[in-house]
Amino acid sequence: MEETAKSGTDIKGLIKSLPPAPFIIGGFWVLVLIVAAILNMPWVWLISDSLQRAAIWGMLVLAMVPSIQSGTGPNFALPVGLCGGMLAMVTAIQLGFTGMGLLVMAAGMAAILGIIMGYLYGVLMNAVKGSEMAIATYTGFSITAVFFIIWLAVPFDNPFLGWFIGEGLRNTIALGPMAANQVLDNFLMFEVIGLTIRTGTILVFAVFCTLVWLFFRSKTGIAISAVGANPMFARAAGLNVDRSRIIANIISTSLAAVGVVVYAQSFGFLQLYDFPMWMAFPAVAAVLVGGATAQRAKVIHVVIGVILFQGLLTTVPPVFTEILAGADMTDAARMVIQNAIILYALTKIRGGGK
Amino acid sequence: MAQNLLEFRGVSKNYADNQVLHDINIEIKAGEIHALIGENGAGKSTLMNILFGMPVIHSTGGFEGEVCICGEPVKIMSPHDAMEMGIGMVHQEFMLIPAFTIAENIKINREIPKENALNSTMSRIFGERMKTLDFKTMNQDARRALDRLEMSLDEFALVAGLPIGYMQFVEIAREIDKTNTRILVLDEPTAVLAESEAESLLSAMRKLAAEGIAIVFISHRLDEIINVCDRVTVLRDGELVVTKDVKDTNVIEIAELMIGRKVSIGKEDNEAREISDDVIFEIKDLHVAMPSERVRGVDLKVRRGEILGIGGLAGQGKLGIANGVMGMYPARGEVLFEGKPLPLNRTKQVLKSGVGFVSEDRKGIGLLLDEPIDDNIAFTEMSIHGNFLNFLGLCDSKAIRENALKMIKDLDIRCTNEKQHTGRLSGGNQQKVCVARALTQKPKLLFVSEPTRGVDIGAKKLILDLLRSLAQDQGMTIIMTSSELAELCSICDSVTIICEGKVIGTLPPDASPVEFGLMMSGICTSALDSENVKEGEVAQ
Repeated sequence: MEETAKSGTDIKGLIKSLPPAPFIIGGFWVLVLIVAAILNMPWVWLISDSLQRAAIWGMLVLAMVPSIQSGTGPNFALPVGLCGGMLAMVTAIQLGFTGMGLLVMAAGMAAILGIIMGYLYGVLMNAVKGSEMAIATYTGFSITAVFFIIWLAVPFDNPFLGWFIGEGLRNTIALGPMAANQVLDNFLMFEVIGLTIRTGTILVFAVFCTLVWLFFRSKTGIAISAVGANPMFARAAGLNVDRSRIIANIISTSLAAVGVVVYAQSFGFLQLYDFPMWMAFPAVAAVLVGGATAQRAKVIHVVIGVILFQGLLTTVPPVFTEILAGADMTDAARMVIQNAIILYALTKIRGGGK
Repeated sequence: MAQNLLEFRGVSKNYADNQVLHDINIEIKAGEIHALIGENGAGKSTLMNILFGMPVIHSTGGFEGEVCICGEPVKIMSPHDAMEMGIGMVHQEFMLIPAFTIAENIKINREIPKENALNSTMSRIFGERMKTLDFKTMNQDARRALDRLEMSLDEFALVAGLPIGYMQFVEIAREIDKTNTRILVLDEPTAVLAESEAESLLSAMRKLAAEGIAIVFISHRLDEIINVCDRVTVLRDGELVVTKDVKDTNVIEIAELMIGRKVSIGKEDNEAREISDDVIFEIKDLHVAMPSERVRGVDLKVRRGEILGIGGLAGQGKLGIANGVMGMYPARGEVLFEGKPLPLNRTKQVLKSGVGFVSEDRKGIGLLLDEPIDDNIAFTEMSIHGNFLNFLGLCDSKAIRENALKMIKDLDIRCTNEKQHTGRLSGGNQQKVCVARALTQKPKLLFVSEPTRGVDIGAKKLILDLLRSLAQDQGMTIIMTSSELAELCSICDSVTIICEGKVIGTLPPDASPVEFGLMMSGICTSALDSENVKEGEVAQ
């Protein structure tokens, strides 16, 4: 992720500017890795898996940056974008696209849906200034429920989409038959010292990180940051506060919509129905773990946060299982550790949205 | 000779390697009003933090020397200790709960419980804190405290929506209502007050002192100190310069001692400037819905190159004019700039047409406190004219930095470098950053509101000189709104007084204080109808 290292801050300055959260979580991760090494576990494999998961979560975490910078707070309504992306993907499958074509088509439609839904969501956020976070969370839940109906009602007849009997789309759609699983993962994939690097997925994340970083150096991006930092200041400078917030939420929602396409290809399956319900919290937690606050977030916070969060989440369960010798606690351990980090990160939210 | 009520003995304080106070000795007697003055950063706040046992002192290694009350050394480890010892503080920033009534604010955490059967049962089960309250007695106490200050406020009014000057009185009322308060610290109480309000505050202070309360009065307004104080202590760069009896000194001497260099305060020889009759800016029947600064039909004409002062008491609407023209609050009426109508409620268009704005609310509106100086300065120009962007439309850090360095040099902004966050600057330097941002737009007309509020006297002069030279040397037209009449008179070409949202009249800066005083209280027989007031006409 060389691109993000260019963000102008030298390493020393960056470390100084970070709150304790990244160091605590990072320290814990290193500790777990050391335990893994002592237990003689394949820790190189654990790291490579961590990187993989970080890359596919990356864009969903990146979606937090515009909304936080605009003062709407972390995008707890991530499911809005996710549902858009999922709809784009099933539509592309229905239209008969396969392989890379399917991903490009899906991502394109996802972006368009993201813009439309992000606009509506932005309008909503402007109507509820002051209580954005709670409203956003429930907007996420509501949109998921609305899409239950859409998944059941869309008249798609592709055999890979529907149930064997009855109406509606199936719960989990395998991307194998469309040759769209791990397309990006396998692009330029290579191995060093047993570390598998899924170049394509990482590259896509890096490109979007750079784009978002560049955007926040443009006039519109700077305006959004100013609106988030001090709406009255922004007004006195002749900015349209509501418009800036809407643009930020459009970008956030579109990133989530495209992000879910990347997520699904790497995962190998597209999950519908209640999949989006609990996706927002890990993404919010990751950016907070990376050093962001509910008011300020940078791309570098996303990169640090998603690696630490997903790293810990990938590493702890196997090590836990190993220590307990045999009892398969993987899922339980993952739930415990994930919610523990989320809880920790949420306590780090300073203040509320403005 | 009366015993010293409060005494600092050899107080020193270091923050890391930075010595902020060095061997301070001050004695304050009961019934004395003792002024404590010094430029920003002279150590006044640190000294008061020590007196209040603020955590910031004890978490950074405490201090040397001792604080004595009634001759006894005391250990003040927390603000609560300070309160127990009878030290009351009125902060610069108000610590009031807007949704509570004045009485509730005055009585907060010292509420009076009712004594009745239900209460004694409840408190036996749930403890003291569950008792219901005796609002009647509380209101009476609050009334008494307000009466001591000669305030006619209703004790049952909500604090929210009170003019800022009244909030100050509520804070003071809260402190004097504490029965054991012997020492009262007022940290720049008059900074936010208009002159008449400040006057009644000063008379309240005299009254309290006569009751035997020792008052430590921190202020930048030297004439007030001369007016009301018994003795004055001057701090400079953490050292005690001198403690003097006020009757043996004067404003000029105090200002010199404080700054350590000769300054001329007050009016400079303000030779009348030649100003063309060309009207650059005209307001007709402007109404602005700014809360507590409502404008109700103002007509103004401003000539090219003029510095027009807008004065008046707080809450009369003088601040509403600039805010209304700039579109910060809903406005209606007609505004002509260089003969062309300016759209109201359209901040961007107004800025674009060459009007700059320095807001009265420096921290709330004027600055991005968590952003560096250079970005703050470039921001408005970037969003209005799209400058400071490179060919890709991305911000041009180099141009932004160069512009900032030039402004830092031109306006003498004291900072570590151009990347320092504006929140870390002193008030005067923050104000200069605000002015620098407006100047970066290269405006033809500049609105400046309360440019010296909360700014120490040295920086104050620099800012006023700067405004003067902008008008004189660059031909900029400036409309300056201020609560300090003296400062308006020192640099303006004419001063318009606003009362009850309307123009009462316009005076030349050398008009007598009596004329200004009468106008500010709305008395102006020939100008009751603001339509009749002509530019430069001296009413009465």
